Amino acid sequence: MKTFFSELYKKANSGFWPIFITLGLLIAGTISVYQSPRSLSAFLTLMLCPLLVYFMKINMKVKTFIGLILVIVILPVLGIRNIFYLEVIFQMAVFAALALGLNIVIGMAGLLDLGYVAFYAVGAYTWAIFGSKQLSLLHSIPGAAPAGAEFALSPNYFWLFLFLGVGLAALAGILLGLPVLRLRGDYLAIVTLGFGEVIRVLALNLDKPINLTNGPQGITPIQRPPLPPEFILSPIRNLLTPIVGHVPSEAEFYNVFFYFLALIIIMIAITVATRLEDSRIGRAWTAIREDETAAIAMGIPLVKMKLAAFAAGASFAGAMGALYAANRTFVSPETFSFLQSIGVLTMVILGGLGSIPGVIFGASAVVILNIQVLQNFSLYLSELRQSDAVIPIINFAWKDLSNQLDPAKYQKLVFGIILVVMMIFRPSGLIPAERRKRELVEDKE
Amino acid sequence: MKQFTSNPFYKFILFPIGQIIVFALGASLVLSLFTVLLAYIFRGFMTEFDLVERVLLILPQVVINGLTIGFVYSTIALGYTMVYGVLEFINFSHSEIFMVGGIVGVELMAYFDHTGALQTMNQYVIIALAILLGMVISGSLAVTVERVAYKPLRGAPRLVPLISAIGMSFFLQDAVRLILSLTTGEFNVILPNFGTFDEFLILAVPGIATPLRFQIKSILLVGVTVIMLVGLNYLVNGTKVGKAIRAVAQDRPSASLMGINVNMIISITFLIGGALGGAAGVLFALKATKLDPFVGFFPGLKAFTAAVLGGIGNLTGALLGGLILGLLESFSASYLSTFTNGAFGAEYKDIFAFAVLILVLILRPSGLLGQTVGQKA
Repeated sequence: MKTFFSELYKKANSGFWPIFITLGLLIAGTISVYQSPRSLSAFLTLMLCPLLVYFMKINMKVKTFIGLILVIVILPVLGIRNIFYLEVIFQMAVFAALALGLNIVIGMAGLLDLGYVAFYAVGAYTWAIFGSKQLSLLHSIPGAAPAGAEFALSPNYFWLFLFLGVGLAALAGILLGLPVLRLRGDYLAIVTLGFGEVIRVLALNLDKPINLTNGPQGITPIQRPPLPPEFILSPIRNLLTPIVGHVPSEAEFYNVFFYFLALIIIMIAITVATRLEDSRIGRAWTAIREDETAAIAMGIPLVKMKLAAFAAGASFAGAMGALYAANRTFVSPETFSFLQSIGVLTMVILGGLGSIPGVIFGASAVVILNIQVLQNFSLYLSELRQSDAVIPIINFAWKDLSNQLDPAKYQKLVFGIILVVMMIFRPSGLIPAERRKRELVEDKE
Repeated sequence: MKQFTSNPFYKFILFPIGQIIVFALGASLVLSLFTVLLAYIFRGFMTEFDLVERVLLILPQVVINGLTIGFVYSTIALGYTMVYGVLEFINFSHSEIFMVGGIVGVELMAYFDHTGALQTMNQYVIIALAILLGMVISGSLAVTVERVAYKPLRGAPRLVPLISAIGMSFFLQDAVRLILSLTTGEFNVILPNFGTFDEFLILAVPGIATPLRFQIKSILLVGVTVIMLVGLNYLVNGTKVGKAIRAVAQDRPSASLMGINVNMIISITFLIGGALGGAAGVLFALKATKLDPFVGFFPGLKAFTAAVLGGIGNLTGALLGGLILGLLESFSASYLSTFTNGAFGAEYKDIFAFAVLILVLILRPSGLLGQTVGQKA
């Protein structure tokens, strides 16, 4: 059986077959999502395409071309057709960027950061405070906003604050890293965990003595950067209207706009990560990850290098934070919980520590699992509860199933199982990095 | 003299209890003096009231509260520090072991309440049963977790078991929530009201204006933890199993060459640590009266901080660290708003523990009582 499959794989992956299969799946996926926008299996089919593109032996240029067509044309168009997919792909892009950032810290430098979401929060609150009416509400009680409050800055400042968010997050990373990076890894884990909680508690409580974060209610509305001017938008709108079946609204354009922004940040993250990997800094990180003592002996400036990794990872989170705040026009402390940090960690672990395609795959898989598969499963269960169906052999009526059994609410359970199972059976991830594969599979000590 | 110190009664009962008393009194004294000193310094800035007077007014109560919660932290911290001593990794799921102990204890009392036994039985018997059940369940859960999630990873790179432990911690939180909500329909458990634990013993001390108020459950809590600490001290320092645990902690390969069953000893360590955590959970439930599956997170973080503060791997250090941390929390919760005139309040007490952790790591990474820990690859 196993040989049969490997033969099949070999056959499918040689000659002209890869292009046929990939294009076929791409077209089939696109058409099926286009035809039935609500079907989960159609969406999953489409999402298999990037994986195929990655695994199949195709000319690199063709590969890149197919990939670009998929992320730049097909996904946004399908997204405008069904607004829900736009949300899914936007979240996938956000979390892929976050996971790529965390991957620099954990995967490349081997520093376990459990409070990664804190840097995300720093970026988000930076734009949230300056891009909303909050600055003129500093001395008022949360919830009792005076009517005359105005936005402090024009929305164009978003671009400046995107970079400020990057800088501040990196600064926070350095400040946190300085005291603890001299210590061994597990202390770092617990300190970053604590730091994540501190940022959340601060965001929750800094509504007094001056009202900086508006407390648990969060800050809203936050301004969005202006869309591209009308002479660019209107041809696109005219082009899209017949394809998606309705005139795309401004909100939909905004979502696509943010999706592209996230995509640009992902591209930057990928470029930085690949360029770094085999550079001097990247090799220094690998050395530190493998054996700190030996790395010091080789003359690697330990603290400086660790700080660089920490700051680099944090800066991506800062950028995504500012973007997220603008996209949602709302931030609240609950967005930045420990669960989010572990969620991003799960994505990195699932895909493969240190592996860039792996991490992107992990982020997409976890996001789809979270907001599609679990939700659909919940819906399915509640449908079963409505029906009169009975499980045959044990004679259990679905009606008696407890209302509490709602898979969408048990993310922690899913994350926990993924983490433990991956660590035990496949510590190098589903799409392992080449170097990592050798390290983690071979016996250590 | 030598005969006296080798006397088991002295060595295993008198000495540890003395140590506990010295630690508790010493830590409270130092912190109280520091706070009063601060009050004297900042006296001039407050015009509406006399800062020193206000600080002194509630000081004894603050110390008592701090010691009570400090003993709970010590008991949890022992679980962290024992596992760290043997396996050299942070057992993240220990906070969930603690939570499970608490919930099991409360559920037992709720069951007694349901059957009506709660009002007829002796209240101390009920508490003892709850603690015992909590210890048994938590201890066996800790051993199971070790078998499932940590044992296959022995010898793997450092990050691997750590991530597995985090996953286990998340899994346990939601698994308990799932079980609770499937069986009872909600995931909060509330301690039934019984006995005389909420009443106060009032002790008027000459010279102090307000009489001291001890809640009976605080005394019970301190008493039970002291007994457990003494028992643990005997177990680790006075028995053969304890000797084996210390040997494995010191050098695992050599210990196994000497005929010690290392896997067994590691399981026993988890059993003891888990049982202590479970008992601490029940005691914590007495104090908190309402638990949910996510309640373990902050006590866990603080207990770990306590273990680091005392010197991780060091049992006495965990005790001292827990007491200091409990006192710090109580002091910050009570005095932060007094000193800052209401600008910052008790909600920042959780941050205090974290600030302490960072300070310790900067100033004395080996902890108060620990030896220097080298960078082990």
